[in-house]
Amino acid sequence: MYEPKIIGFLCNWCSYAAADLAGTSRIQYPSNMRAIRVMCSSRVDPEHVLRAFVNGADGVLIAGCHPGDCHYISGNYKTERKYVLLREMLEQFGIDPRRLRLEWCSSAEGGKFAQVVTEMTEELKTLGPIELGAGD
Amino acid sequence: MDKLKFAFYWAASCGGCEIAVLDIDEKILNVVEKADIVFWPVALDTKYKDVEAFQDKYIDVCFFNGAIRTSEHEEMAHLLRAKSKTLVAFGACACFGGIPGLANVSDRDEIFDLVYRELPSVSNPDKTTPQLTYTAPEGELTLPQFFDTVKALHQVCDVDYFLPGCPPTPEMIEQAVTAIFEGTLPSKGSTLAPEKALCEECPLEIQEKKIPFIKRPYQVTPDGKRCLLEQGVICMGINTRAGCGARCIKANMPCRGCMGPTPEVADQGAKLVSAIASILGVEGEERMTEKEIEALIAQIKDPLGTFYRYTLPISLLRRKVIKK
Repeated sequence: MYEPKIIGFLCNWCSYAAADLAGTSRIQYPSNMRAIRVMCSSRVDPEHVLRAFVNGADGVLIAGCHPGDCHYISGNYKTERKYVLLREMLEQFGIDPRRLRLEWCSSAEGGKFAQVVTEMTEELKTLGPIELGAGD
Repeated sequence: MDKLKFAFYWAASCGGCEIAVLDIDEKILNVVEKADIVFWPVALDTKYKDVEAFQDKYIDVCFFNGAIRTSEHEEMAHLLRAKSKTLVAFGACACFGGIPGLANVSDRDEIFDLVYRELPSVSNPDKTTPQLTYTAPEGELTLPQFFDTVKALHQVCDVDYFLPGCPPTPEMIEQAVTAIFEGTLPSKGSTLAPEKALCEECPLEIQEKKIPFIKRPYQVTPDGKRCLLEQGVICMGINTRAGCGARCIKANMPCRGCMGPTPEVADQGAKLVSAIASILGVEGEERMTEKEIEALIAQIKDPLGTFYRYTLPISLLRRKVIKK
């Protein structure tokens, strides 16, 4: 079975803490995700996502605080709009939009975080390795 | 002092860059006073074999416009590179792939199918598409290969300077030519245009950096005072290089990015996704449902074609995935 690589951009205040909680609670989930801690999910520039794909990531997960809970008050609203627009553009590039995922995980949701990574890994296994560009 | 030797070439281009050279008006006389033009397919009866006969580095400055679309363009890029001391990517197509680069959302098979088979005005009973070779009674005929992917000039050969714009303005051309004559060109690899963003030279006024909605240019009558983005028209001036004097904006049209991205930006489209989505629909964002956000974003028609209008071939992804 293909083992996909996932880059996970996790916000410092909620989702990274959720991943931490999943770890300290010894919740099992696939090791396919490599975490990158960012201060806020809105720090994730669409350019970062494209760079991840170009450098061999099969999927990108952006995880932040639930709407209304952003440490910086409104960062995650911007993240959501950027995500919706980027997803549409990825489709135009012929990249399956399921390769980019946005999730909200609070610092108490270690279980949810593990479930999200598990689901995404399973989905990417069925999608197989990412294909970009090609042609002469 | 010997006269400098100039050459001009067009690859996949519309011809606008050739006209732009003449747009420097009577100053063209100063140019021909100091330089001989040794190759210029649009204006002089010079042949490729003449260029092949030149010694290496014979041409002092070659202005190359147009993107790389066929094997002929690629061959000429390599040939002119070898024969030129200085190679200038002239215009948006040579610098970034330009408008022809938008064809990277398609590929050779799709384009040939449409152009030679499917269009209602085409009569082609044998369904023939261009072939690389054809044996006629008189001998073998050949055509250049049409590539799947359009490229910018620096993606096929070494480029010394970039002169962006669609086309470069007469002022920019004049400054570049003056720098060549006076020997004041900047370091190799430079773009011969300012480093700041177009907003710096835009005459319109920014009031609140918020976009309530997105409309297409024909749906809006700009008031001529306020930032076009704030009036709901997508303007790419925020991360497009300045140097054009905001000509389009002065004519009430938004910037479409022909000067290419500012030096800090690696991928113009991705940065625009970030910038536009961040300021679109800020008012009441905390009450917006997922459906409302999707409807808001759906107001942006064809994000890829809009945000990468001139720069798709030099973007991170470069082209659409070809499924074969």
